[in-house]
Amino acid sequence: MHWIILPVILPALLAPLIGFVMRHDITLARTASVAGTVVLLAIAVGLTALAADGVTHVYRLGAWPAPFGIVMVLDRLSALMVLLTGTLALIVLIHAIATGWDARGRHFHALFQFQLMGICGAFLTGDVFNLFVFFEVLLIASYGLMIHSGGRDRMRAGLQYVVMNLAGSTLFLFALGTLYASTGTLNIADLAARVPEIPAEEAALVRVAAILLMIVFAVKAALFPVQFWLPATYANAPAPVAALFAIMTKGGAYAILRVHTTAFGPGVPGTEGLAGAWLFPAAVVTIAVGAFGVLGARRLMPLISFSVVGSMGTLLVAVAAFSATGTSAALYYMIHSTFAAACLFLVADLIVTRRSADVLSAAPPTVQNGLFAALFFAAAIGMAGMPPLSGFLGKLLVLDALRDPGLIGWAWTAILAGSLLTIVGFARAGSTLFWKSTAVPVLVTDEAAAPDSPPNTDATLAQVVPTVAALAALAGLAVFAGPVSAYLEDTSAQLFDRAGYVAAVLGDDKEG
Amino acid sequence: MELIVSTTVAVLTAGGVYLLLRLRTFPVILGLALLSYAVNVFLFASGRLAIDQSPILSPYGEASYTDPLPQALVLTAIVISFGMTAVLVMIGLGAFLEADTDRIDIGPEDSDADAEKDTQD
Repeated sequence: MHWIILPVILPALLAPLIGFVMRHDITLARTASVAGTVVLLAIAVGLTALAADGVTHVYRLGAWPAPFGIVMVLDRLSALMVLLTGTLALIVLIHAIATGWDARGRHFHALFQFQLMGICGAFLTGDVFNLFVFFEVLLIASYGLMIHSGGRDRMRAGLQYVVMNLAGSTLFLFALGTLYASTGTLNIADLAARVPEIPAEEAALVRVAAILLMIVFAVKAALFPVQFWLPATYANAPAPVAALFAIMTKGGAYAILRVHTTAFGPGVPGTEGLAGAWLFPAAVVTIAVGAFGVLGARRLMPLISFSVVGSMGTLLVAVAAFSATGTSAALYYMIHSTFAAACLFLVADLIVTRRSADVLSAAPPTVQNGLFAALFFAAAIGMAGMPPLSGFLGKLLVLDALRDPGLIGWAWTAILAGSLLTIVGFARAGSTLFWKSTAVPVLVTDEAAAPDSPPNTDATLAQVVPTVAALAALAGLAVFAGPVSAYLEDTSAQLFDRAGYVAAVLGDDKEG
Repeated sequence: MELIVSTTVAVLTAGGVYLLLRLRTFPVILGLALLSYAVNVFLFASGRLAIDQSPILSPYGEASYTDPLPQALVLTAIVISFGMTAVLVMIGLGAFLEADTDRIDIGPEDSDADAEKDTQD
């Protein structure tokens, strides 16, 4: 049963090979990277099938027993996240290769594989300190990807992003120190066993640690008031990288779900209701920030970035309920918003590289204006949450899960008004980009004369396929909403079965 | 002992946060370094303060030892923060050479000027 560690080992071995051996041969690096990602996706499918039986599988590194050694834990939730990562990574990678983004700087594929290693590790680990380590792995790879191909704005935004995340990492360590000082363990299952034993009046330090951890995860998840790094970062990152980053914000949401449900979740006297009480208002404000950002954005990439902020708000409103129905709705919306955000960034890349700038103003239409308009329209429908794509069902599930009297007013107002503003913002951007542009005459002579004018050529099939694949994922998610949400209900039931998780990880059965 | 350690952590953190808020590359790098020193000392203290004791159980003694886990954590944290500082220096240098400014914050005048320029293009 060494399968559980493979999503970490495979990219970890492949990345240095690509970085050192294949660095002068882009074709070889591309082949290896795609092959590695396909194998990763296959492993993820296998792990999902393995986890579907509802048993929490534990992999003990070096066969050390659980609270002392390092454990990797595979349950339905981690398997789902790894599968999501694998699928998204393949889509993004094909786009990056087809559009030539990977050749505009060095070591794209090596960094890409390291990024996958960090993301998969963060989803599979059963230990809070290893969560920190894997977050660092994915962050250090993301620094490289963020400033891939360079440029003034990108370097400055990248510097901001690095400083922000280093401060976040320091806070993470402070949180871990506090947690270890108050509980004497950092294993999630061991925490889940020990934290409930602390009486409420002595749990002050644990509460501090829980909130510090939530702030750290909120930085990753772009939650108000620490969301401000996201628009600048995503808008200035290479578009395929921004599409891959769509899973990184979900990593923050996953960490909140995992740690604050399992260790500090319902039924724990010291910390019960603490996370939700802070998370809920912050998530509501995040939706508002995202919606106003979409409405006020003057460029396409920031517009999409703010819509990502808004979708993280919607996702975390559902997470903040810390109930089984809320969590399964949040998971459905998480799958949806990952693909929707990625799809929007990929479409935006196709459009922006064919225009002189990504500023939202009428300019001579690009070739295949109709095709790009259709793709953007479909992706925007998905993101804004209108039928027939899965965003509508996702938001419906979230609204349905938030019917408690204390939540319904704020949550429903925020989500519904936020959706409306998002629709208006996307409609405005789309009409400026695609309709008003058709009225602007194309200056053929100018474009031919200017040597640095953007390539106004047809998108090849390989450039369009990844976007269509992401859209197909949204459509598939809507068509198979029944089976998917049934599976997600099982997933969240397993997440809330804290006794089962503790027994599986700390139990004596030696599976590994 | 407790007073010295806690004062050290407090002073290092305060200095680190102050330097971080200067929003210039060099002070920010120093500030992050101070913060990582602070967190390393803090992690040490999270295993309880013990002087002159080995991090392994002695076969003869009264089982008095210092907690080895925070030491392992600190070691990991030092390695990571050292690597990250090196990366940050390189990216900071790159950003300075590209943009000719060492400011971390991207002010509204910058992006507005860019948007204006783009519109004129």
